[in-house]
Amino acid sequence: MIAEKGVWNRLRTRLLFTGPTLFAFLTVMIVPFVYGIYLTFTNWDGIATSHTLVGFQNYGEVFRDRDFWQSFALTLKYVLFSVVLINAIAFALAYALTKGMRGQSLFRAGFFVPNLVGGIVLGFIWQFIFSKVLVYFGTKADIPLLSYSWLTDPDKAFWSLVIVTVWQYAGYMMVIFVAGLMNVPNDILEAASIDGARGWMRMRKMTLPLMVPSFIVTIFLSLQRCFMVYDVNLSLTNGGPFKSTEFVSMHVYEKAFLSRDYGVGQAEAFVLFLLVAAVTLLQVYFSKKLEVEA
Amino acid sequence: MAARNFAASWLKYAALTVCLLLFIVPFVFLLLNSFKENNAITSNPMSLPDRFNFHNYTYAVGKMGYMSAFWNTLIITVASVLLISLFAAMTAHYFVRNQTKVNQYTFLIMVASMIIPFQAIMIPLVKIYGSLGMLNNKASLVYMYLGFGSSLAVFIYHGFVKSIPAELEEAAMIDGCTRTQTFFRIVLPVLTPTTATIAILNVLWIWNDFLLPSLVLVNPEQRTLPLSTYNFYGTYTVDYGPLMAGLVLTVLPIIVVYLFAQKYIIQGVMQGSIK
Repeated sequence: MIAEKGVWNRLRTRLLFTGPTLFAFLTVMIVPFVYGIYLTFTNWDGIATSHTLVGFQNYGEVFRDRDFWQSFALTLKYVLFSVVLINAIAFALAYALTKGMRGQSLFRAGFFVPNLVGGIVLGFIWQFIFSKVLVYFGTKADIPLLSYSWLTDPDKAFWSLVIVTVWQYAGYMMVIFVAGLMNVPNDILEAASIDGARGWMRMRKMTLPLMVPSFIVTIFLSLQRCFMVYDVNLSLTNGGPFKSTEFVSMHVYEKAFLSRDYGVGQAEAFVLFLLVAAVTLLQVYFSKKLEVEA
Repeated sequence: MAARNFAASWLKYAALTVCLLLFIVPFVFLLLNSFKENNAITSNPMSLPDRFNFHNYTYAVGKMGYMSAFWNTLIITVASVLLISLFAAMTAHYFVRNQTKVNQYTFLIMVASMIIPFQAIMIPLVKIYGSLGMLNNKASLVYMYLGFGSSLAVFIYHGFVKSIPAELEEAAMIDGCTRTQTFFRIVLPVLTPTTATIAILNVLWIWNDFLLPSLVLVNPEQRTLPLSTYNFYGTYTVDYGPLMAGLVLTVLPIIVVYLFAQKYIIQGVMQGSIK
C-alpha cells in the first residue's frame, strides 16, 4: 500500500513504527514466557547462578503438591460463584439503567466507583468493615450471624472474598452490558412486542441472544481476573484463617518467592496458565455458537 | 395503568438507591472513621466523628511517605501511559497499512498473548531483570508496563485505524508529507478518542497495580501508593485512625479525577470493551 523507496528507507520506517513496541513486547512478555517454560525443567533455587536440568521432576512435584490442588479447587469454587454473581448482578443493573429513567448516568457512575480503587485498598477497607463495623452492628442489633468477625471463620472468610469480588467487578461489567444493551436495535424489540412477546419471553427470546457478544467479553474478563486474584486475597484475608482461603495465585507466589522453590513454583504457574487458558478459550468457543445475527 | 407504572418506577428507584448505597457505604465508613481517635473507632465504628480532626491525616502522610509515593505513582503512570499510547498507535497504524504476512502473524501473536496471566511470567521476569541489574528502578517498571500494555493497546488501535480512510493519508503524502509527518499530523489527531480510551484503561490499571511494582521496586523511596499503603497497613495494624486516613489519602486522588472525568471514564471502558 504505502511503501517507501529503497530497502533502507523501508527498514527505517518499520523500525520507527514497530520497533519500540515489539522490542518491549518481546523482552517483557515472550522471552520471560519461553524462559519460564525452560525454568520448569530446572532446579533453580533463586540464588545460585547455576542450575541443572531435572526433566519432568518439577511437574511430578506439582501433581504431588496437595496444597496446590486444594487451593486450585478452592479457587475454582470461588471463580464459579463470583463469575455467576458478577454477571447476574451486572446484567440486572445494566438492564435497569438503560430504560432512559432520570439520573441513570449518575447511578452508573456510582456503581462503577469500586473499580477506581486497587484491590489492595479495597481489601483493607472491607477488612475493617467485616472485622469492626459488621461485628459492632451484629452485637448491637443482636444478629448472631454478624456478632463475630467473618474473617476468623474459614467458610465465612471465603464468602467474604466472594462478596468483595462481586462488589468490585459488578460495576465494570455493568458498563460493558450497558454498551451492549444500547446496541440492541429497538425496532426488533418493538416488533417482538407487536408479535405478543412480553416481559420474560422478550428477554429470553430477543434480548439475551442479542447480548451474547457482551456476555463473551464479561465472562472472559471475570474468569481471568477471578482465577488470577491476588491483591484482594492478600489484603482481605491474607490466606487465613489457617491458610483456608489461600487461592492458587497466592500459593504460586509463596512457593516461588517465600519457599524459594522456583522450579516447582514456575511449573505450577505454567500448569495454572494452561488450565485457565483452556477454560477461557472453551468459554469463548461455546458462547460463539450461541451468537445470533440481529 | 398510569398509577401502576408510577408505583413501579418509584419501586425501581428505591431498589436502585438501596443497591447504590450498599456499593458506596464502605467508603462512607472509611471517611467517617478517618477523623476519629482509635478508641472511638473500636468502641463504635458506626458513629459520626465528634469533630473534624485531621491529626490522623498528618500522622499518616508522614509515616507512609505519602508525598513521595504519590509522585512515584504519578510519574510511573504518566510515563507508561504516554509511551503505550504513542508506540501502540504507531505499531497498529503500521500493521493496518502494511498487511504483509509477517505483520499479520505478529499482530495475531500479540492478540493471543493477552491470555497469558502475569503470574505465569513473574518468576522468570524477576530472574532475567534481576540478573541484568534492572530491578529497583522506575524506568524498568515503565518499560515493563510498555511490554505488558502494548498488546491490548495495539489491538484496540488496530480496530480504529482500519476505519480511517487510506485516501486521507494518501492526500497528505501527495502534498509532500513524509510517512512520519502523516502519522503525527493526520492519523494521531484522528485517533484522539481512541487514545483517550486507551489512556483511561491503562491509568486505572497502572495506578492501582500492586504485584508487578512489589516485585520490581524494593527500596522504600521508590514505593508507589499501593505499595506504601500495604506496608503502612502491615506495620500499624493496631492503630485504626491513621490507617483509615492513609486509605482515604490513597483513594482520594483517583476519586477527585473521577468527579471531573466521570463521563469520559465510563465511555472509555465502554469503547474498550466493544472492540
